[in-house]
Amino acid sequence: MDVNQYLEIFLDETTEHLQNLSDQLMILENEPENEDTINEIFRAAHSLKGMAGTMGYKRMQNVTHDMENVFTEIRNGKMKVTSRLIDVLFQALDALEEYKDTIQATSDEGTNDNAAIIKELQTILDEGLGKAAPKEEAAGSEEAAPEAKAEEAGEAGGVPAAEKKWESIKLKDNEETELKNAVDKGLNIYGCTVYIQESCVLKAARAFLVFKAVEELGEIIAENPTSQDIEDEKFDFDFSIIIATEDGYDKVEAAIMSVSEIDHVVGEKMDGSAFLEKGNETEKEEAEAQEAADKEAAAKTAGAEEQKPAAKTEAAPATPAPAAGQQGAKKPAAAKPVVNRTVRVDIEKLDVLMNLVSELIIAKNSIVSVATGDGKNNSALNEQIGYLENVTTNLHESVMKVRMVPIETVVNRFPKMIRDLSKKLNKKMNLYMSGEDTELDRTVVDEIGDPLMHLLRNSADHGLESAEIRAQRGKPEAGSIFLDAYQEGNNVHIDVRDDGNGIDVEKVKAKAIERGQLTPEQTEVMSEKEIIDLLFQPSFSTAKVVTDVSGRGVGLDVVKSKIEALGGDVSVKTKLGEGSTFSVRLPLTLAIIQALMVVVGDEKYAIALGSIDTIESIARNDIKYVEAKEVITLRENVIPIVRLRPILDIEEEETEKSILTVVIVKKGDQLAGLVVDDLIGQQEVVIKSLGKYINCSSRIISGATILGDGEVALILDANVLI
Amino acid sequence: MDSTALALNDKSASVEAIQFIVIDIGDEQYGIDIKYVDNIIRMTKIRRVPNVQHYFEGVINLRGEVVPVMSLRKKAGLPDVELTDESRIIIIKIENNAPVGVIVDSVKEVVTLPVDSLEPANKNSTKTQVTYISGIGKFENRLISLLDLSAVISDKETA
Repeated sequence: MDVNQYLEIFLDETTEHLQNLSDQLMILENEPENEDTINEIFRAAHSLKGMAGTMGYKRMQNVTHDMENVFTEIRNGKMKVTSRLIDVLFQALDALEEYKDTIQATSDEGTNDNAAIIKELQTILDEGLGKAAPKEEAAGSEEAAPEAKAEEAGEAGGVPAAEKKWESIKLKDNEETELKNAVDKGLNIYGCTVYIQESCVLKAARAFLVFKAVEELGEIIAENPTSQDIEDEKFDFDFSIIIATEDGYDKVEAAIMSVSEIDHVVGEKMDGSAFLEKGNETEKEEAEAQEAADKEAAAKTAGAEEQKPAAKTEAAPATPAPAAGQQGAKKPAAAKPVVNRTVRVDIEKLDVLMNLVSELIIAKNSIVSVATGDGKNNSALNEQIGYLENVTTNLHESVMKVRMVPIETVVNRFPKMIRDLSKKLNKKMNLYMSGEDTELDRTVVDEIGDPLMHLLRNSADHGLESAEIRAQRGKPEAGSIFLDAYQEGNNVHIDVRDDGNGIDVEKVKAKAIERGQLTPEQTEVMSEKEIIDLLFQPSFSTAKVVTDVSGRGVGLDVVKSKIEALGGDVSVKTKLGEGSTFSVRLPLTLAIIQALMVVVGDEKYAIALGSIDTIESIARNDIKYVEAKEVITLRENVIPIVRLRPILDIEEEETEKSILTVVIVKKGDQLAGLVVDDLIGQQEVVIKSLGKYINCSSRIISGATILGDGEVALILDANVLI
Repeated sequence: MDSTALALNDKSASVEAIQFIVIDIGDEQYGIDIKYVDNIIRMTKIRRVPNVQHYFEGVINLRGEVVPVMSLRKKAGLPDVELTDESRIIIIKIENNAPVGVIVDSVKEVVTLPVDSLEPANKNSTKTQVTYISGIGKFENRLISLLDLSAVISDKETA
């Protein structure tokens, strides 16, 4: 079977299951007796095993198989969850993640057998059971291993008659003919009832795969419900088929079980002729019909087709109910999240949509400039433009919302990471997260994982003190790390906070001097903030011991550059002995912003509205000098003045105006005043990159935009100027 | 990536002749492999961008896209001249990279040169401009220097 077309589904589902496993293991670690969690883990491991098996990933299947075995025993109360087991399970989880990544990259699972993990799991299993029972046997006898059960059931007659639903299939005329032909040809006729796992989402797809697998072996003579109903998902979690094949039943069963998410198969060889006969004995009850198998001789009575039974369809529709009930009892309500009504959309398609919206906004802007440019005041036109403006703005917002994803997808792997770090660093710590549902543009979410991970590692490694020091300081033994995300205006803030040592400014100073970056005199005049900012410089690490967690000095500067590349920034607040907070600020989206258009020289520039605090008219005389730098005092704040002309390589005006227009921009709680020549107004601008060839050395130009009249305006990144 | 040079070495392939757009810069004629030419446009308003490499004149609006534009003269260290009616911007697109505009004095014609008539540039030459040239083509007694576009649009400059 060609499985490539299912690879994507497989990867999606695997990711989901792995995340689920990780979450549940975290819970299990704290509540080793939680039965729901144990069941959930078992189910996830079982599903993964089935999926890996179908796709032919044997190594992955082996690892999950052993996880499943262990949980079978735990479910049955034969062994307990130990911290050693949890550790191994987390290792197994990492191994599975690795398989998944390898599969994603190469569509092959790689060659790592992870034999150590498998061996450890088996040792734990053996020890847990006191080696009383060889594990295969134990697993085989359990109800909890459905396919093992199904195997057994396939051979033995010990299956409840209610599960053999294929016996109640009513044949149509053409099907009867087919069955007869098959019997005449001497083919083996099997009746099978396939039970799909109740957690299965795409029942119809699984059923289709079963049909496809079976058709490779032989011919499907009849099915119940009809193939149309199966296609439309109009069935419970089972369906029955009658097939004619040259192969043995074990092959048929293996083919069916190779499809993932199949719970089990019930089936056996049947006597085709007898079945034909049975179908005709319309007045007989279901139970009696089963006895018909004995009447082999009578079966060959002719004229079967003529007596088309009127009550044929009567029994069939009612059949699924009992089995569903039975299944339901066996598997207590799975804590399945409510399925959202969603469609998966390729991000590229969204990019195209976004681009079209951008074009539309540009077109709208040009209509606005044409309408206002010719001096005539056409109120009807203006009204329509207003309407168009509304529509484009709403359209833009909607498209943007489609691109928004909760940061949950990134942060939900952090609890496990902190747990691993806790073991590795031998420090007790807990991670508390809030605001996981905060949404950001997909492109941003994809990129923030690494920077946040760096910050968390930094807190765990450098931030939190050792247990002894924490005890001395009267802090609880377990350190706390907080990750709080929230939206504020056009920005999303993500704060990583810890209750650890805080940044020791003196240590940073000493380090800078030791490294020859600064002289002692220089450090004297630097503010605390400036010192702390040193941490964000390339290759600066204050950890005395380089660990493999962090401390190679390739942390904070990477974080900073990454966040800045996303149009955001990072700041730190710290108090020695009490902890530090790293605040990451990110723009909600990258593509379209509200901007203030300004004129400098004869050129137009856009400044993002998000970074503007106020606009002021300042008298030339109000400018004061502090350390030879121009400042103004505004509402008791001393604000440095930045003259844009020299920065933008524009000649100074010959005679300076007596009143200056100053745009006050902010970054965090810092302010700066940009001196511009004129203001044009507020406008929605579509950000276009300048491309990789052009290289703005001062980085003050973050992009360009096209104005309504086709002119190109540059976007100033005020953050660089503060 | 030395694209034109690659093409020159690729004699065995089905490409037996390459089409070049012939441009003038000063008295010399240069050829640009037509497969990298996305578009040729007349001079349009170029928006200056501050603090960038000196040979970048700025950016233009090419049908809603912002495209950086460089001066071939400035890049090659030749004296600057006034732009005329003949001046053109050739929009170059190498594979899937973003487009770049290159200002040239004028665009003459399109010539088809058989691959085996092209001579690779003398790599040992000490002349400065040679780094942007991947080969020489002969056409009706004229010599056409074939531009190595990836070198032209890269950050490296002849000093």
